[in-house]
Amino acid sequence: MNVLTAVLAAGEAGEEMPSVLAVPVDEFIIGLIAFLIVFGGLAKFALPKIKETLDERANLIEGGLERASIAEAEAAEVLVQYKTQLAGAREEASGIRTQAQADRTAIIEEARSEARTAAASVTSAAEASMAAERAQAVSALTKQVGELAITLADKIVGETLADDARVRATVDAFIADLEGAR
Amino acid sequence: MTYGVLASGGPNCHLFSGCGFPAPGAEIFQFDAILSFSIGSLQFNISKVTFLLFLAVVLILGFFGYAFRKPKLVPRGAQSVGEMGYLFIRDGIVRETIGKGGDKFIPFLFTFFFMVWILNFWGIVPGAQIPVTSIFAIPVAFAVIVYLLWVPLGMIKQGPIGFFKNIMFPPGVPKAMYVLLTPIELISNLLVRPFTHAVRLFANMFAGHLLLATFSVAAFYLLSFSVIGLLGSAASFGLSILLTGFEAFIQGLQAYIFTLLAAVYIGSALHAEH
Repeated sequence: MNVLTAVLAAGEAGEEMPSVLAVPVDEFIIGLIAFLIVFGGLAKFALPKIKETLDERANLIEGGLERASIAEAEAAEVLVQYKTQLAGAREEASGIRTQAQADRTAIIEEARSEARTAAASVTSAAEASMAAERAQAVSALTKQVGELAITLADKIVGETLADDARVRATVDAFIADLEGAR
Repeated sequence: MTYGVLASGGPNCHLFSGCGFPAPGAEIFQFDAILSFSIGSLQFNISKVTFLLFLAVVLILGFFGYAFRKPKLVPRGAQSVGEMGYLFIRDGIVRETIGKGGDKFIPFLFTFFFMVWILNFWGIVPGAQIPVTSIFAIPVAFAVIVYLLWVPLGMIKQGPIGFFKNIMFPPGVPKAMYVLLTPIELISNLLVRPFTHAVRLFANMFAGHLLLATFSVAAFYLLSFSVIGLLGSAASFGLSILLTGFEAFIQGLQAYIFTLLAAVYIGSALHAEH
């Protein structure tokens, strides 16, 4: 401001010099016109285009964000689905495993009982044949022992006891005794 | 390069040559008419300043016309630079002071910022070397345009009575204070405001230009075959370079302040509560 006042003083000192604060009408009007030309040109041609472009860009970015959020939601949904499916599959697998365990036990049990039955039948057949053989042996032996005993008694007593009914009864009684003692 | 030299002591005026320091004064803001014509009774003088003013018009329209001729969604080159300017006005000035409702004033304020900036910038362009805004008529014309926008706008938005009421009776003040405040508010808003709006820009550019001229002239004047002369000349030259950088900053700042104030005035017209 000091400079300004100094210059104003200087301006007043020189008689010819118009004040620097003078506003010549022609300069003023030219200033107005210059502004209006630039304003008109920019407002009509240049700036609407760039405004449009900037708005479009903003929309595009916002749209992109929206799309991204939709995709995110979709992904989250898919994840939930996947998790549900996974849980289902796990459950199924564990069910299958349990079933398999049960089947295995059942199969083993079945095999075991089959084996037991087979073993039992084999045993009983063997027992039956043994019993039959034994009975056969006993009857054969009984007959032979009886004959031997009679022959021996014959030799000892000296008389024939072969077809005597009494002798036969005595031998039978003796053998029955033996069997009873056994 | 010839700051004031032509207007002052002449090419042989140096220290110790019996010639006083030809301090540059108001005469460095006077330019002869290159061309004169009359419309009606009014004579128009086309001088270097007028020429620079219209060169600025052409440059601004040319640059932004080119930069925004076919704007792409992905900006490059001139469009990127132009967009920076646009976004600076939109986000840095309009939305800061008026809000989103002020978007329709972007072209108006955009024009002001770049006009004032380029007109200021002529001050450090070699060959031009005169900030057009240091010619008082130009800032006055600009301030008048702003004034003629915001006052009618306020009367339309707030009603003629409401407009004056809001200016004269600012809310949140004890009633007795209005005795003091009402005249001050009325004068400061309606009379002083446009004046300071113009003078702030003018005086800054005027003083800056005078300062540059003084040191440039001093560098020339002190250039003589003596230790004190050479040292003084070198110092003055260095200072004129430094001040040129400083001026570059001031030019941008003043353009910003002028535009910001215009936005504040428009904002005050739109929103009564101020």
